[in-house]
Amino acid sequence: MENQEVAQKIQEVAKKLLSEGKVSCVIGFEKGTVPMRERPFFAYTPEEAERLTWTSFCCNNLANFLVRRDLGEAGKVAVVAQGCVSRNIVGLIKENQISREQVFVIGVPSPGMLDRRKVQAEVGAEKVITEVSEDGEDLIVKGKGFEERVPRKKVMRDNCYTCVQRNPVIVDELIGAETEPTHGGNIDKVSAPWEKLQADDRWAEFAENYQTCIRCYACRDACPLCYCHVCFVDEAQPQWCGKTQDESDVLTYHVLRAFHCAGRCTDCGACESACPMGIKVRRLTSKIEKDIREMYGYQAGMDLESKPPMSVYRPDDPQEFIK
Amino acid sequence: MKNILEYVGIEPDRLHFSWISSAEAEKFQKTATQVCEAVRALGPAQHMIKDIRKVA
Repeated sequence: MENQEVAQKIQEVAKKLLSEGKVSCVIGFEKGTVPMRERPFFAYTPEEAERLTWTSFCCNNLANFLVRRDLGEAGKVAVVAQGCVSRNIVGLIKENQISREQVFVIGVPSPGMLDRRKVQAEVGAEKVITEVSEDGEDLIVKGKGFEERVPRKKVMRDNCYTCVQRNPVIVDELIGAETEPTHGGNIDKVSAPWEKLQADDRWAEFAENYQTCIRCYACRDACPLCYCHVCFVDEAQPQWCGKTQDESDVLTYHVLRAFHCAGRCTDCGACESACPMGIKVRRLTSKIEKDIREMYGYQAGMDLESKPPMSVYRPDDPQEFIK
Repeated sequence: MKNILEYVGIEPDRLHFSWISSAEAEKFQKTATQVCEAVRALGPAQHMIKDIRKVA
């Protein structure tokens, strides 16, 4: 199903839910002020629901907002969710942040979201893009004095290319038909890219990757796992992590943030899409996702029943590191 | 944690984990010695060093 059709269907479903009073709010996306920057949108009335859209640039993870708002007061809330977002909703339910009854999942099989930076690179960094539309498997990118067709596959986000769960895992209303579960990329081939290097080179790559970090914490704020009321980087007593731009502080932040996501990360890529500096945040988080998969045979948020490996003890847990 | 520190290029021997009961004095003593020896063998840390004189 084309994205435009999906957007129509989302609007229909949202209008119905809101006018029948089944939910107090529908969380989806609306068109951004510039092309390729669709932004999260909260529709409270059927009229507002007309602003809801669905394109290949819906890169935020909407599960994030389920814990940021006061759901207790808001009553039931509907959220537009593709595979990864639904996995994060499952994660939030498992971590007792929300209950299944509080959320109505409008499931959308993911078309594979696109990376606006790759699109920009494809047409040339100096060109100003004024309009982007979709035509099947192609993007039509328009600007002053140019119009180009770019195949979607070429500009897909890295994490979407290696996605293993495009279809939502929990659904109250499904939009369109389920698709192939993957996009054909092999996650094991690309995750943890520094593993094959020598220790010194690994450090060099790591330090270089985060060199441009301005510590705006957009990666944390975009992440549906980072819902602590006070993050460890914001704590002042004790101050776990220095607040300077010094390499040691920046890298400590990134290592610890990644570590906190162990066994919970669904590789949704929201951190990477949110980064204003274009840092490849997943080069670190994908290592953790891979380790959890290999050591515990677990992928976060695939079902409501299995127990998260970091919150249970099993006699056969790997423990070679303990002397 | 150990895996990720190793992944970013920090020597795995700098980080040690052990369960020691308050009744296991000998194990504590042995472990502490082992940790010291392992870290001493690596020499001074090269990464994650913050020079307070430069950044403060």
